[in-house]
Amino acid sequence: MEAEAARLIGAGLATIALAGVGVGIGNIFGSFVSGALRNPAAAPKVFGNVLLGFALTEAIALFALLIAFLLLFAV
Amino acid sequence: MEEQNPESLAGAESHGAEAGHGGAEAAHGGHSPLSVFEIERVIPMHIGGIDVSITNSAIYMIIAVLAITLFLTVGMRGRALVPGRWQSMAELSYEFIAKMVRDNAGSEGRKYFPFIFTLFMFILFANLIGMIPFSFTVTSHIIVTFALAAVVFLGVTAIGFIRHGASFLKLFVPSGVPIFLLPLMVVIELLSYLTRPVSLSLRLFANMMAGHTMLEVFGGFVIALGILGGWAPLAFIVALTGLEVGIAMLQAYVFTILTCIYLNDALHPHH
Amino acid sequence: MPQLNPEFFAPQLVWLAITFTILYFLMARIVLPRISGVLENREQRIQSDLEKAEKLKAEADEVLAAYNKAQADARAQAQAELQKAAAAIAAEAAKREEAFAATLAERGAEAEQRIAATKTAAMAELRTIATDVAGAVMTKLTDTKVPPAQIEAAVDSAIGARS
Repeated sequence: MEAEAARLIGAGLATIALAGVGVGIGNIFGSFVSGALRNPAAAPKVFGNVLLGFALTEAIALFALLIAFLLLFAV
Repeated sequence: MEEQNPESLAGAESHGAEAGHGGAEAAHGGHSPLSVFEIERVIPMHIGGIDVSITNSAIYMIIAVLAITLFLTVGMRGRALVPGRWQSMAELSYEFIAKMVRDNAGSEGRKYFPFIFTLFMFILFANLIGMIPFSFTVTSHIIVTFALAAVVFLGVTAIGFIRHGASFLKLFVPSGVPIFLLPLMVVIELLSYLTRPVSLSLRLFANMMAGHTMLEVFGGFVIALGILGGWAPLAFIVALTGLEVGIAMLQAYVFTILTCIYLNDALHPHH
Repeated sequence: MPQLNPEFFAPQLVWLAITFTILYFLMARIVLPRISGVLENREQRIQSDLEKAEKLKAEADEVLAAYNKAQADARAQAQAELQKAAAAIAAEAAKREEAFAATLAERGAEAEQRIAATKTAAMAELRTIATDVAGAVMTKLTDTKVPPAQIEAAVDSAIGARS
C-alpha cells in the first residue's frame, strides 16, 4: 500500500474515537436532563460538574482529532 | 512522505497541489488551515545563545498581560462601595476563583490563590484574545500549554513533598484495596499521576487548535463556495465563533479547576 | 504542524516565563490586595450597617412597646373615668328618683287626706240633707211631725247599714 494512502486511512481511522466520545457526551447530558427533570431544584448545582464532564470528555475527542492532524500534517 | 518535514508544510502554498497533500489543502487553494498557528519573529534577538526573539506569540502574551492588568486595575479604580458594571466583573472574577480554590482545595489553598488566579486570567485572556479575527492564540501552542501544565505539576508535587514528606507517596496507595491488587493499583495510580501534565496541556492545546482549525476550514469553504453558496458556512462560522468563545472560557475553567483538584491532592493526600 | 517546530520553542518559553512572572507579581502585589481590600471593606460596611439596623430596630421596638403601654394606660384611665362618671350619674339619678318618690308619696298622702276630709264633709252634709229630706218627706207623706232626733237616728242607721 502506498504510504500516502495509509496516512489518509490512518487519519480517518483516528476519528473512530468520536463514536465513544459521542456516547459519553450524550450520556452526560442525557443523565443531566433526566436528573434535572426529577429534581429541578438541584439542576443548577450540578451544571458546573456537567460542563466539567463535557469538557473532559470532549478533550478525548480532541486527542483523537490531534492524532488525525498529526497524521495528516506532521508525519 | 519523505518530502513532508514540518518546515516544508509550514509554507504549504508552494507545493499544495503535489501528491503529498490531501483534499483539505486543495480545497483552500494551497492555503493550509494550520497557517494561523505560524510563528514569526518580529524582532529577532539572541541572548547567550538562546533565541529570545519577540515573536507574534510573545506580543500576544504581552497584550494579554496588559489587558488583564487594565481590566482589573481600571475596573477597581473607583473602589466603589456599590460597584459599577466593570468593577462587578473584576470582583466577580476574583470571587469566582476564590470560591473555586476554597471549595476544591480547602482553606490551606488560600496561599496559592494568587497563582491560580493568575493562571486562570492568563489562559482566559489568551483564549479570548485569540478569538479576535486575525489575532494569534498563545494557548494553541503545545509548548506553552505544556509549560503551564509542567509548572502546575512540578509545583503541586513539590508542595506535596514539602508538606507531607515521604508520606505524600501514600497518595499512590489507595486504601481498601485487596493486597494482591495493590501493586497493580500503585502502578496505575502512578501512571495516572504522571500523565496529568500531558492530559492537562493536551486538553487545552487540542481544544484551542481544533476550534481555530475548524474555523479556518469553514472559512476556506466560504471562499470555495463563493458569493452564492458561501453564506451557509459563513453562518456556521458565526455560530461556531459563539461556541468557541464558550469553549475558551470553559477550557480556562477546566484547567484551573483541575489545578485546584491536583493542589487538593497535594495538600490532603489521605482522603 | 507549526506547533511542533522546535525552532520556536525557546522564544515562546522565555516570553511565557517573563510575561507570566510579571503578571503573577502584578496580581499578587497590586491587583488582588486591592480587590480583596474593597471586598473586605464592603463586608465590614454591610456588617456595621446590619448592626446599626439591628440597633435601630431594637430602639423602634422599644418605642413601640412604650407607645402601646401608654395607649393601654390611657385606655384604662379613660375606662376608670368613665366608670366613675357613670357611677356618679347613677347615684344622682337614684337620689333624684328617691326625692321625687318622696314628694310623690307626700303629695299622694296629702291628696288622700284631702279626699278623706272632703268625703267626711260630704258625708256630714249628706246626713243633714238626708235628715232634712227625710223629715220633709215624712211631713209631706204622713203629715206627721217626726221628732228630728228620731229621723237622725234612722238616717244614721241607714247610712251605717249602707256603708
